[in-house]
Amino acid sequence: MNYPAPVIAWAPLTPILIVLGAAAVGVLLEAFVRAPAARRMYQFQLSIVAVVAALLAVVWRWVALEGDGVVVFKSMILLDRQALAWQFLILIFALGGVLLFADKGPEGEDAFAPLGSVAPGSAEETVARAKGMYLTEAFPLVLFATGGMMLFATVNDLLFLFVALELFSLPLYILVALSRRRRLLSQEASLKYFLLGAFSSAIFLFGVALLFGATGVTGMNELGGELAKNMPQRSALILLGVFMVIAGLLFKIGAVPFHFWVPDAYQGAPSPVTAFMAAATKAAAVAALARLSYLVLFKLAWELNWIIWTVAIASMVLGTVLAIVQTDVKRMLAYSSIAHAGFILVAFAGFSPSALSALPFYMATYGLANLGAFAVITQVREVTPDGAIGAEATRLGQWAGLGKRSPLLAVAMMIFLLSFAGIPLTAGFIGKFVAFRAAIEAGAWPLVLVAVLASAAAAFFYVRLAVLMFFTDAPTDVAPHVVVRSTTLGRGVAIAMAIAVIVLGVFPSWALELAHSAGVLLAPAIGG
Amino acid sequence: MHILTILIVWPAVTGLLLLTVPQLRAWAREFAIGASVVELVLVVGLVASFDRSQAGAFQFPELHAWIPQIGTSWALGVNGIGLSLIALSAVLVPIVIAAGWKEDDAAPRRAQYLGLVLVSESFMVGIFAARDVFLFYVLFEAMLIPLYFLIGSFGGHQRRYAAVKFLIYSLVGGLVMLVAVIALYFQGPGGETAFLTMNLTGLTFEPWVGRLLFLGFFFAFAIKAPLVPVHTWLPSVAESARVGTTTLLVAILDKVGTFGMLTLCLTLFPAASRWAAPFIIVLAVISVLYGAFAAIGQDNMYRLVAFTSVSHFGMIVLGIFAFRQTSIEGATFYMVSHGLSTGALFLMVGFLEARHGTVSVKAFGGLQKVVPVLAGTFLIVGLSALALPGMSPFASEIMVLIGSYPAAKAAVIVAILGVVLAALYILLTYQKLFTGPTPKAMESTKDLNVRERLVVWPLIVAMLVLGIVPALALDYLKGPSAGIVAIVSEEAGK
Repeated sequence: MNYPAPVIAWAPLTPILIVLGAAAVGVLLEAFVRAPAARRMYQFQLSIVAVVAALLAVVWRWVALEGDGVVVFKSMILLDRQALAWQFLILIFALGGVLLFADKGPEGEDAFAPLGSVAPGSAEETVARAKGMYLTEAFPLVLFATGGMMLFATVNDLLFLFVALELFSLPLYILVALSRRRRLLSQEASLKYFLLGAFSSAIFLFGVALLFGATGVTGMNELGGELAKNMPQRSALILLGVFMVIAGLLFKIGAVPFHFWVPDAYQGAPSPVTAFMAAATKAAAVAALARLSYLVLFKLAWELNWIIWTVAIASMVLGTVLAIVQTDVKRMLAYSSIAHAGFILVAFAGFSPSALSALPFYMATYGLANLGAFAVITQVREVTPDGAIGAEATRLGQWAGLGKRSPLLAVAMMIFLLSFAGIPLTAGFIGKFVAFRAAIEAGAWPLVLVAVLASAAAAFFYVRLAVLMFFTDAPTDVAPHVVVRSTTLGRGVAIAMAIAVIVLGVFPSWALELAHSAGVLLAPAIGG
Repeated sequence: MHILTILIVWPAVTGLLLLTVPQLRAWAREFAIGASVVELVLVVGLVASFDRSQAGAFQFPELHAWIPQIGTSWALGVNGIGLSLIALSAVLVPIVIAAGWKEDDAAPRRAQYLGLVLVSESFMVGIFAARDVFLFYVLFEAMLIPLYFLIGSFGGHQRRYAAVKFLIYSLVGGLVMLVAVIALYFQGPGGETAFLTMNLTGLTFEPWVGRLLFLGFFFAFAIKAPLVPVHTWLPSVAESARVGTTTLLVAILDKVGTFGMLTLCLTLFPAASRWAAPFIIVLAVISVLYGAFAAIGQDNMYRLVAFTSVSHFGMIVLGIFAFRQTSIEGATFYMVSHGLSTGALFLMVGFLEARHGTVSVKAFGGLQKVVPVLAGTFLIVGLSALALPGMSPFASEIMVLIGSYPAAKAAVIVAILGVVLAALYILLTYQKLFTGPTPKAMESTKDLNVRERLVVWPLIVAMLVLGIVPALALDYLKGPSAGIVAIVSEEAGK
């Protein structure tokens, strides 16, 4: 038998190839460059160059794209404007993430453990620290994750989707475990994330198998075609498979009831990792869910709408209520991200076509504010008994009086909080507006009513942090003292994001226009 | 000439400068009062060039695309109502700044406070000039941020609680309104100018759609106005915030609620307004009485004045939802008069607080002999609040009552009780503060100084002038009111 070599359009894959190629080179750098400081610098430069080059490549593909999009690898990959928009966002989040990864304090310490393999608190760890070692694998890992996410946003085939899912999940599991401070917490978080993640991956894969069993195809586009043809038969199998696939995606989005990993992972992970993970994982998962929704799920709208409604309401309500009782900034933002997962799902309700352009915009507003917020978190530090800068001060009480101590960072943080809360003139408001508009267009206004009430309740805990920062005086008598570390990269990312959030909030016109042109999915005729 | 844009941008820019440039801090008061006087001069120019014979039309129109993708534009324009409220804001802001001249010792805090006041002024002018529902909503919500900081950073020890309460109330109202705003989009013509108020006027809705939309908007405005039973944020804010903040809040910002009812609820949803009017009139009358009774029971004078405002807002809402030419005209006139009268009353309480550090009625007594000028001024201001004939609140109140009578006889008869009660709470308070024996602690009280006289007396003069010659204001209000009445009652004939 004769297998013809498949025709592969390489050019559309350039951005992904750049990122994954750089990741592979990064692994080699680990092996060949011995001096830790030099290695760290090379890794950083390589990552930045790769991400920026990939961003340019995405822009190039966007300009060069004709029609609705390109089919690559038969129809395993559908590269349309929607996919390019998501890739662009993921790369922006990766850029912010890499900058935060490279951020170093005045004593030369970054966010990662000096040597990942030694036990926390052991003598070897002290030695590694004293020798000035750096764990530079973080850079290739984040590039692998980024590449996986970019793939995830563009893949049409469910099996391939699973490969991409693992490609970006495995590096993240490792990254979560690498915190320099509070290492036990970090490793515990990583283990939880890994176990739950593996479990959800299995469920996802099982769902794909069921769908394949029922219809004989694994492509989303083809699946949509099959559903149109023979929906009545084997519908139980199909529905079960679809439920499981959705569950796998909702896990990555962090929606209730698949949210249990979120608070632990967000809190335990080094803040730069959280910043990247929170924004980019959600974006990738929403991208995949959007593609799945508009190629397959909308045909099952009648059976699926109640799931979206339930999950959305549960996420918004539970996320908000639990965020109110948190006493740790990172956990609070984690629960807020669960609530935001709910807001995102609101846009899916009723499968309104305008959701396709609302979703990238919403994720952009959320992701930028999120990056900025975690960048600020990396700056607020405890003072160790010997006067050095210690772990991040994440207890809410420790943020008291930040407005006096560092007005610039406090104002930036407040802009992010207002954006999360959806107050007008910040990006978050426009994001919520377009998402809710998509839902109301499809007639889901009761869901939107729940969403706005949840927003009002959520404002309470965002504002509580603002109250602490601006209206409360810093306690002077309690140990440990809190200082605001001032590092160029961390501060720079925070300020850049604050500016972006305001610009997107006041003059969103151009971004909405881009999002609008991104709101088209490629759905090639089946069988070609 | 983009005069309205200039009026919005000028206080915003000067306010932000004050907040961000440390060099200005030493001169914060002079800078702020200068900026607000410039704004006042510009507004005087605006009023002078406003064509009174066309008061019902929206003048000085501006229209620029803002976010065409979601159908919203930077659309401005004022009719007589918007103009008079902008004028009220422009007059009160310098007065409030002057009244608080001595309040802060630390220059940075002073600059922060005055900067926020100026930024708030920018939002007020913007809201009264907005001709685009989305723009109105954005300003309506974004205004909460400077206000939140004004309440939460400056004032009494309960201020944080008051600020959060204020914010949550306003946000719930505002976000419910957001749902209505988005839903309205899909009822309207759509396109790049979908949110222009004029494109949304005259739509016909399914009855239940119109009613839900109306309620979405009305809920937000009722919280802002504030109407019983969603008024409870106002007394706590009035008691805890600094007197200048409270003055601005009650005298101007709360008018956004009644202004919104007039220009959005009645204009966009006439049928639903008629459907809801009976219930709202009942709420309004409850507000009138509840506010008055609650005021009688207060010992804290800020709470007292806040409750009188709840009562007066009830009266305004009654006038609005009676749908008669005279009643709406009276209600709009009352919005201005109430701003002057309550503003003056809050400032007087503030002067008393500055002298003795307390606003408890019980702490005072027999001041008439010690500080005759202060006592006399307080009496006149108080009499204006109880609608003494010859002052502008009287003229507007009587217009509301007479105008509403044909529409809601029982409501007017009950509301008149509120007028009687007003005499009670004002005169009783006056009696306790100023008559009787003078306690030892009160003997050294200083009389009103020149600055304080300059701050309050212009307000009294304005009330007297408008009370004796109401036509000065009514010329601006007649046209717009007639327009609103025409919209609300036009469909009634169908």
